[in-house]
Amino acid sequence: MPRKTFELELAQLETEMLTMAAQVENALTEAVDILERRDMDAARALIARDHDINAQRFAIEAQCLVVVATQQPMASDLRVVAAILFNVNELERIGDYAKGIAKINLLIGPGPLLKPLVDIPRMAELTRSMLHRAIDAFVRRDVALARVIPAEDDQVDALFEQVNHDLIQMIIADPSVTRQANLLTWAAHNLERAADRVTNLCERVIFTVTGELIELDTDEASPLE
Amino acid sequence: MEKISVQQLNFFYGAKQALSDISLDIEDRKITALIGPSGCGKSTFLRCLNRMNDTIPGTRVTGQILLDGENIYAPDTDVIGLRSRVGMVFQRPNPFPQSIFDNVAFGPRVLHTHRENGLAPVVEASLQQVGLWDEVKDILRQDALRLSLGQQQRLCIARAIAVKPEVILMDEPCSALDPIATLEVEELMRILRANFCIVIVTHNMQQAARVSDRTGFFWLGKLVETDATETMFTRPSNKLTEDYITGRAG
Ligand SMILES: Nc1ncnc2c1ncn2[C@@H]1O[C@H](COP(=O)(O)OP(=O)(O)OP(=O)(O)O)[C@@H](O)[C@H]1O
Ligand SMILES: [Mg+2]
Repeated sequence: MPRKTFELELAQLETEMLTMAAQVENALTEAVDILERRDMDAARALIARDHDINAQRFAIEAQCLVVVATQQPMASDLRVVAAILFNVNELERIGDYAKGIAKINLLIGPGPLLKPLVDIPRMAELTRSMLHRAIDAFVRRDVALARVIPAEDDQVDALFEQVNHDLIQMIIADPSVTRQANLLTWAAHNLERAADRVTNLCERVIFTVTGELIELDTDEASPLE
Repeated sequence: MEKISVQQLNFFYGAKQALSDISLDIEDRKITALIGPSGCGKSTFLRCLNRMNDTIPGTRVTGQILLDGENIYAPDTDVIGLRSRVGMVFQRPNPFPQSIFDNVAFGPRVLHTHRENGLAPVVEASLQQVGLWDEVKDILRQDALRLSLGQQQRLCIARAIAVKPEVILMDEPCSALDPIATLEVEELMRILRANFCIVIVTHNMQQAARVSDRTGFFWLGKLVETDATETMFTRPSNKLTEDYITGRAG
């Protein structure tokens, strides 16, 4: 290989992105777990850890620029670097959604929830799984996988509708629960947004492999709808 | 609209085939860059475009090259006239050992396109076009070889355009120049593009990416791929091209 140094630098960038993605993934499910456990200390710790995620993002971004300036990547190499730049931005935002859920936990404060959480943990697990596989698709340059993941966003959306509906019913039955119900709706909304961003990651897999920037419309991607 | 249309061109140095079945349309008022590893035939191809290879004994051409629709290899082609329509700038600046003025006036004098007392405006206009006029207008009688290499190369471009060619061929025109002089020549190419059809051979991929509108990739005497430069350097279609421009082959 005539470009050993460069190959190593690219591999390093990708590894760092993977490390960041793993933390974001954990943050998502952990945020909901903490919400269920009513654990205020853990929520504060998760919020603090979001700084690490942001710092990683800046470090990877800076390293991408160094690679562009010193190695002048072209064609598929350039696309890999561009995709990593884009992906770390999306990952950071997904991390922010997890942090948002931890903040909601603090806003709700100690004490039992209105009801045991059912759909929100499901949303978290689904979104985490989608994220995990989207990153996997990137690492393996697996276009077929990247194409099927966005369809699962519909399940996340459906769960969000369900959560929303249930909480509105509770508010109607007892307006004194409005504040907490509202906050829980926001937690679910954060997960719904996080899943949307996974679709963007999937689009970058296709871009990296084919050079085409196409929108993976989550509704149309599912042929049965 | 294409200025030049190359059709199924084959070229031989004796028994050795240097170009195989090249077909390429070259657009007017655009910069076309030709890239590829050493020995792949870029210079040979460029020299076919104004029949400079004719002077090398034992060479043979098949296929056609149409300039404005007319085959330049037709038997009745006026080769001198062709070379004034299709000018060439070389790798190393090669000013004649004469004054700056005489270098630029050389072509118009030889081709008798202007009378002696009509040369000054042509020289000035040509030097203006290459951005050299302000630098040399007070030293026109000075020996051209005393200019810096970058200035010499721009002088050679002025000499090429003084005969009002339609096409300018450039074979690695910046490889002897420092980075600043290189960028000056690139800027100049972009200005000249408004009036000329330009074909440049370069080993510097960043230069091809910076300066050209279209890029063609040569490999072992074949034209592997041509496309808009933007596409070529972000998503080439051919694996060989990809490997070459990402530095993994060649
Ligand atoms: N005058 C010649 N006689 C015989 N063979 C030649 C002659 N000039 C070039 N060749 C051969 O033709 C092939 C193409 O050469 P050419 O100079 O066109 O390549 P190139 O792409 O311009 O290379 P470089 O990037 O090194 O300038 C090479 O194999 C070369 O050795
Ligand atoms: Mg050459």
